Amino acid sequence: MNRLELTGLTTRPSQVWGGVRLVPLVREAPVDGLRLHREVYERLGAGAVEVGPRTRYVSYIPHGLVADWSGDGEGAEGQGGQSAAYGTQFGGPDAPRTLRLPRPPLHRMAKRRPGDRLRFLPLHLALEGYLALHFGGPSTAWEEWSRRALRDGLSPRAEDAYLGWSVRGLGDALRIFEIHPDQCGVMVYVADALAAAFVVPHPEDYRLLHASLVEDLYGELVHQYALYGAPVAEFGARLGDGAHIRTLADLRAAARGQERAWEEAHEALFARELLDSSYGFDRVYRMGSFTLWRFLPPFVRDGGGQHIGETITDHKGQVAYLKTFRLSDAQIRRGYLLHVLAGAEWELSRAAATLGSSREELVRRIRAAGFSELLKGNV
Amino acid sequence: MNTPPEPLADLRETLADLVAAEDVLLFANAAITATGQREFRSGALDQQLSLDFLHTYVRVNYRRVYAASLALDINDHNAARIVLGLLETAGEASADERRTEGRLIAARLALLPPQRVYRLFGEVRRAGINNRRTRAIMRNWLAARPDLGHDAVKYRSGVKTAARHIHLRCAEGAGAEVGAFLFRPGKLPRYEHPLLDAWRRAHYEQGAVAELPFTVAEGFAARHGMKREAFLKRAAPRMTRLERLRTLEQRAVGDRRPDVDLTVMPLTRLALYVLALPFEERVARRTELTGALRTAARRAAGRHAGSWGRVHAVLDDSFSSSGSGQKRRRPLAVALACHHLLEVLAAPGAYRGLWTSGRGDALLVRPWGPTPLGMRVLDALEPGQGGAAPDRLVIVSDGWDNAPAGLAGEVLRVWRSRLDPGRRTAVVHVNPVYDAGGFDVRRLAAGVPTAGIRDAEDLPALVEIARFAEGRTGAAELHAYLDRRVALFLGEGHRQEKQEEEEAVS
Repeated sequence: MNRLELTGLTTRPSQVWGGVRLVPLVREAPVDGLRLHREVYERLGAGAVEVGPRTRYVSYIPHGLVADWSGDGEGAEGQGGQSAAYGTQFGGPDAPRTLRLPRPPLHRMAKRRPGDRLRFLPLHLALEGYLALHFGGPSTAWEEWSRRALRDGLSPRAEDAYLGWSVRGLGDALRIFEIHPDQCGVMVYVADALAAAFVVPHPEDYRLLHASLVEDLYGELVHQYALYGAPVAEFGARLGDGAHIRTLADLRAAARGQERAWEEAHEALFARELLDSSYGFDRVYRMGSFTLWRFLPPFVRDGGGQHIGETITDHKGQVAYLKTFRLSDAQIRRGYLLHVLAGAEWELSRAAATLGSSREELVRRIRAAGFSELLKGNV
Repeated sequence: MNTPPEPLADLRETLADLVAAEDVLLFANAAITATGQREFRSGALDQQLSLDFLHTYVRVNYRRVYAASLALDINDHNAARIVLGLLETAGEASADERRTEGRLIAARLALLPPQRVYRLFGEVRRAGINNRRTRAIMRNWLAARPDLGHDAVKYRSGVKTAARHIHLRCAEGAGAEVGAFLFRPGKLPRYEHPLLDAWRRAHYEQGAVAELPFTVAEGFAARHGMKREAFLKRAAPRMTRLERLRTLEQRAVGDRRPDVDLTVMPLTRLALYVLALPFEERVARRTELTGALRTAARRAAGRHAGSWGRVHAVLDDSFSSSGSGQKRRRPLAVALACHHLLEVLAAPGAYRGLWTSGRGDALLVRPWGPTPLGMRVLDALEPGQGGAAPDRLVIVSDGWDNAPAGLAGEVLRVWRSRLDPGRRTAVVHVNPVYDAGGFDVRRLAAGVPTAGIRDAEDLPALVEIARFAEGRTGAAELHAYLDRRVALFLGEGHRQEKQEEEEAVS
């Protein structure tokens, strides 16, 4: 698979607040056999994750998600094992509200929990995938590469992201957003640029996780758009002069037409960059008939937005869970550069030829992208 | 020789008139709905700034109208602000205007709950307004209080501030004791006035606590460490109607609820009470609650009952009707109260109420989900029983329509221009939420008259004023209407029941 399949999800009219547009995604029927729950971490999300032996990933981690594919999520409160609401419980009075985790560091990005449960860290899975892009470095010792790069590979990298609270208007927009009864997802647009997509398998999960969007990470670009962007226009319904409307039934048909028009416009105009791209999928975990993937965009430089993220798909490849992070232009450039270098097996002259530029120009670009420590000082 | 041609002058005058009429309606809507508190979408500061501007703008430009709005069903917050504004800028009014204003202020103060008036007097003092006229107004209001001793106990600092500000003579007669109570506490060994004396004794005697007004007694009870249940039981006879409603759930012992006559409560308050109950309890007490709501609605409808013909209503129970922390569930309560009121106003059996969520049980409404107002308006326009179109369509909503946005306005516009050009059906939109950014309540469509609403009880009067918002009746008629309301207001003290609300029932 190389695309995201959002079949089964219908788009409903957007709700606008200032520069933020939220587009609800509604499922006719919830996905069978998979539920998601939230797990809240202490210490305001400052966390370290052990990714591998002697390798750690340090980031802001406000919460984790627990995927439960045991299939007894429906009304199985209390009968053996943990109930449906695993982390955040609104159910029984004696149920703990948050799960107390005694550590950092967390062990692994995705970790099996007792029973048919998997804990994973939303977005961090994807971000770590992006950060570790071609982490290994060159396999041949080219003279240009510094001793350090040869020994350690691409040294640990850091990327900046903004907390949802600091994206102006997002908190308010989420607070006043009116959740649909069958809503299973939302697309967040800031200044009409797709900032994030979020899909869960079940409407009840969505209701619990809706507020968590404000604690998520958002790219630099999203933050800037929110800060400097003007309020966006509502796409209000228009019925024209109604010349052909003779009866109430005609009027109703015209009104239905407006609802449909929005849905088509959204898929063709707004969500195109997310749905029409082909991604490189990387399997993280198999759980029954569901699979947890993380994906990277093709890093083509066509000016459109590019998203990294993670998703859970069922056996037919349909999306049951999705969370994306929009990369900024600089991040896309870095990804592209690493791709080209890796494609040319880290040989500078070949890579320069692929890019159609000179060797000096490529060196300049590598330095400008913040990878100067990879190069020897005399290059 | 440069006199402008006549028609042009006419046109200019009409335009100015129309603008003036618009401003008047704008202000009336704001003064009915806005309280400077947080709403679902805007914060308290936005609300206050917006309201400040509107008050200054109308006071400076239409002083007569500003004063006249005291006669409308505006809320107490704005009434107090208008009174303060008028007193503050008395110099800008002519002698004649001042006389009318004085009468309007006196009539309005008589209707306001006393704690509001005392707070207003405090603001008068802080603003440094102290002229002969202001003192006369305050003195007259204090003289009209049924029992100053009761006020001195219940609103102690308020009475003290007011008395000090106007140099109230507390030397002789019954006033002497109150004066001693306020300004020389602890001097008299005992008071003749039973309440003043009870207040003195309550400091060391638990038995005297129950003789005091409820809010004062609460403080003493806490000081004596009295058990809440026992205290409430003993204080119950001295509570006001609303205090009884408020403490109803606290006074319940197990399943047994104290015998409170819910039917005497005002309709919107009752709706707020019902919405605060959990679902199971609403189901268990269905007959009682529905009965109380119906009775209250019948009383509120009064002579209008059954006179509105076939009525269809669209009622907003979307998530935004949950209001804010300061105005909890207010929009939903207004919708629920309107639902019952409209049922009474409509001809028997000719009412249909549609909730935006599609739920049918009015007693179990909750603020949830989006607002597909357009589709619901279409449903409401469907002919009712016997295939006849409704005579009236009433929409109770905060004016935000988001699934999709603006569809309700479009549906109403096309329907009016294409399907009902003859205006068989009157459409009115009442809105319980003030939109700080727009200085008005939000409208659905240009052709639909919108009126602000705070208490569902005012619905019949509001429908009358909403008529002017449609722009089909002229500015002259609006002013005539205002004059009529002022005359009515000054002539007879209607809405007496509002005044009684906060008074102690002894």
